Amino acid sequence: MADRETMTLNMGPQHPATHGVLRIELDLEGETVIEARPIVGYLHTGIEKNMEAKTYTQALTMTDRMDYLAPLSNNLVYVQAIEKLMEVEVPIRAEYIRIIMTELTRLNSHLVWLGTHALDIGAMSMLLYCFREREKITQMYEFVSGVRMMASYFRVGGLTDDVPDGFEERVKDILDTFPAHIDEYEGLLTDNKIWRNRTIGVGVISAEDAIDAGLSGPNLRGSGVAWDLRKSKPYSIYDKFDFIVPVGKNGDCYDRYLVRLEEMRQSLRIIRQALDGLPEGPTKSSDGKISPPAKYEVLTGMEQLIHHFKLVVHGFQPPVGDIYHSIESPKGEIGCYLVSDGSKKPYRVHFRPPSFVNISAFNKLVAGRMIADVIACIGSIDIVLGEIDR
Amino acid sequence: MLIEVVIILLKVGVIFVALLTTIAYTTYLERKVVAHIQHRIGPNIVGPFGLLQPVADAVKLLFKEEIKPAKADQFFYTIAPMLSFITACMTIAVIPVGNWLEIGGKRIELLISDINIGILYIFAMSSLGVYGIVLAGWSSNSKYSLLGGIRSTAQMISYEVSLGLGIIGVLLLSQTLSVAEIVRQQSGSIFNWYFFKQPIAFFVYFISAIAETNRSPFDLPEAESELVAGYHTEYSGMRFGIFYLSEYANMITVSAIAASLFFGGWNGPILPPVLWFVIKVVIFLFIYVWIRGTLPRFRYDQLMRFGWKVMFPLGLANLIITALILVMKS
Repeated sequence: MADRETMTLNMGPQHPATHGVLRIELDLEGETVIEARPIVGYLHTGIEKNMEAKTYTQALTMTDRMDYLAPLSNNLVYVQAIEKLMEVEVPIRAEYIRIIMTELTRLNSHLVWLGTHALDIGAMSMLLYCFREREKITQMYEFVSGVRMMASYFRVGGLTDDVPDGFEERVKDILDTFPAHIDEYEGLLTDNKIWRNRTIGVGVISAEDAIDAGLSGPNLRGSGVAWDLRKSKPYSIYDKFDFIVPVGKNGDCYDRYLVRLEEMRQSLRIIRQALDGLPEGPTKSSDGKISPPAKYEVLTGMEQLIHHFKLVVHGFQPPVGDIYHSIESPKGEIGCYLVSDGSKKPYRVHFRPPSFVNISAFNKLVAGRMIADVIACIGSIDIVLGEIDR
Repeated sequence: MLIEVVIILLKVGVIFVALLTTIAYTTYLERKVVAHIQHRIGPNIVGPFGLLQPVADAVKLLFKEEIKPAKADQFFYTIAPMLSFITACMTIAVIPVGNWLEIGGKRIELLISDINIGILYIFAMSSLGVYGIVLAGWSSNSKYSLLGGIRSTAQMISYEVSLGLGIIGVLLLSQTLSVAEIVRQQSGSIFNWYFFKQPIAFFVYFISAIAETNRSPFDLPEAESELVAGYHTEYSGMRFGIFYLSEYANMITVSAIAASLFFGGWNGPILPPVLWFVIKVVIFLFIYVWIRGTLPRFRYDQLMRFGWKVMFPLGLANLIITALILVMKS
């Protein structure tokens, strides 16, 4: 090695293509990467620690801010962990709406991924097209929760509130227009010679290596492992829906791209089925010790008034114990480990962030390849720094 | 004698000012067209339809603080943008923008200089242009700039060859190196355009020209997602602006050359010749922008492979076949 002359290039934390504040130290020989060392921590916000100082419901709003491209997936894993710990029954309508909203979230996250990935590789227009469609989804967030990005729509025991009138029409509108847009993206990229050259055979990771590195989500499925928690370990009511888990073959950027595009189509299928089967009924747990009763009842009933008061000043208190729950977020397996000491605040909350685990395999993807491939790989593994650093 | 000098100075002045204006409005055209490709509106605040945007940009750049890296090589750092811009603008001197004018019995050719080695001059100028980029990349003393500089050197040298092979296809038919003469040969009918006689040469020329001007999908030297801004990462203020302008100047010159050598230059019915010339150049500029809005970017090694293994043999084959046909005819 002594006679090799290498140059160390510091890419990031301020760099147009590191998706936030990722920093990568590259050892280069010419344009060839010898080693890539991702360095994280530039977006550390102390979310997990902060959550210990808040009641369970207050802490929910922090989860949105981890993977800010998939806020509702983060909500879901957190509320489901608590529900598992407290053994809360969630009304069936709430489960259906949760599924619709988390699958829309998957579309949201994949759209931003596709746009930025294509932008990094030079297909500038894709970003704008993807954001055009994403706009509809953020408007859906706003429609149901009043907030465009950090929706915090889910609550322990159900939802903040039922969806407003016109919800179904809006979802139908997305379902009707979206497939044509996916075809449009495919038309621009899938058979494009330059796109194929840039992604096929780039950032290859074998199924074994992917499992060893703990990859999950589309990154793992791109290597041919059909591991999707929605199928493998069904949570919520995913076992009621008919969808397939797309897998790739070669584990390169192109396969991961195809997997994510197909996942978008499958998400649409799930949403359509959930919308068709959407039942009527309550959207909050009937247990007044967990979800606040309706305003009318608070004003008229003694017991409900007490529940309301206790929930506002104290929050609910899960039993002493700890729990791990994981779901399939757009980026991979997001897990939530929760320790309760029986008080109104969590004793400890820890997340298993898929982006953090996925970026750990980064050197395997890019070693021996060129700088341009580093960019393609960062885009392809779909990281979000808010989640890596928390 | 004096009147000759005045006329030449006038021509230089008019064409240079026209070129600068075109450069400014090419940026406007690019922003508008790309915006519409991407479902955006583009500049629309400054002036009617945003038409004063280029002026506002220029004013902004002129008033910006220029930050020089302390460890930059001051001399080369300063002259690099100038080199780039001057060579980009000089090429336009041999391109006829129209037929001649008759003023007071004097025939005034509508080009600055009809030198008999016009094409060689174009090659010389476009090769010199790469020095600006190389020097900028090297003298900035930054790793990103250096990588950008290296990339552009390799790229420009490779594509220079195919660019030349494309043009030589036309030269074989025209038997002259004077651009004005080549344009005149194409007058009369649309079928006299060299594009119809040398279509392969045109495509080789045009694709190489995109690479030569560092435009998408060959914009590796300044690939912003990889190398931040490539060779001009460390430049700011008007020095950066000059690099920007020379990119557009290069685009305009290669479009003008394409229009002159392959599409009959100023030849065309009804409309005045100058207008025809402008229309043809603008169509080429539009294609440039269109490509930028559509395609992803090549990778460095793929670009070199494409240059040497596809464009170069294609250009060479075209040249040999053309030469053979000419020999058999005579």
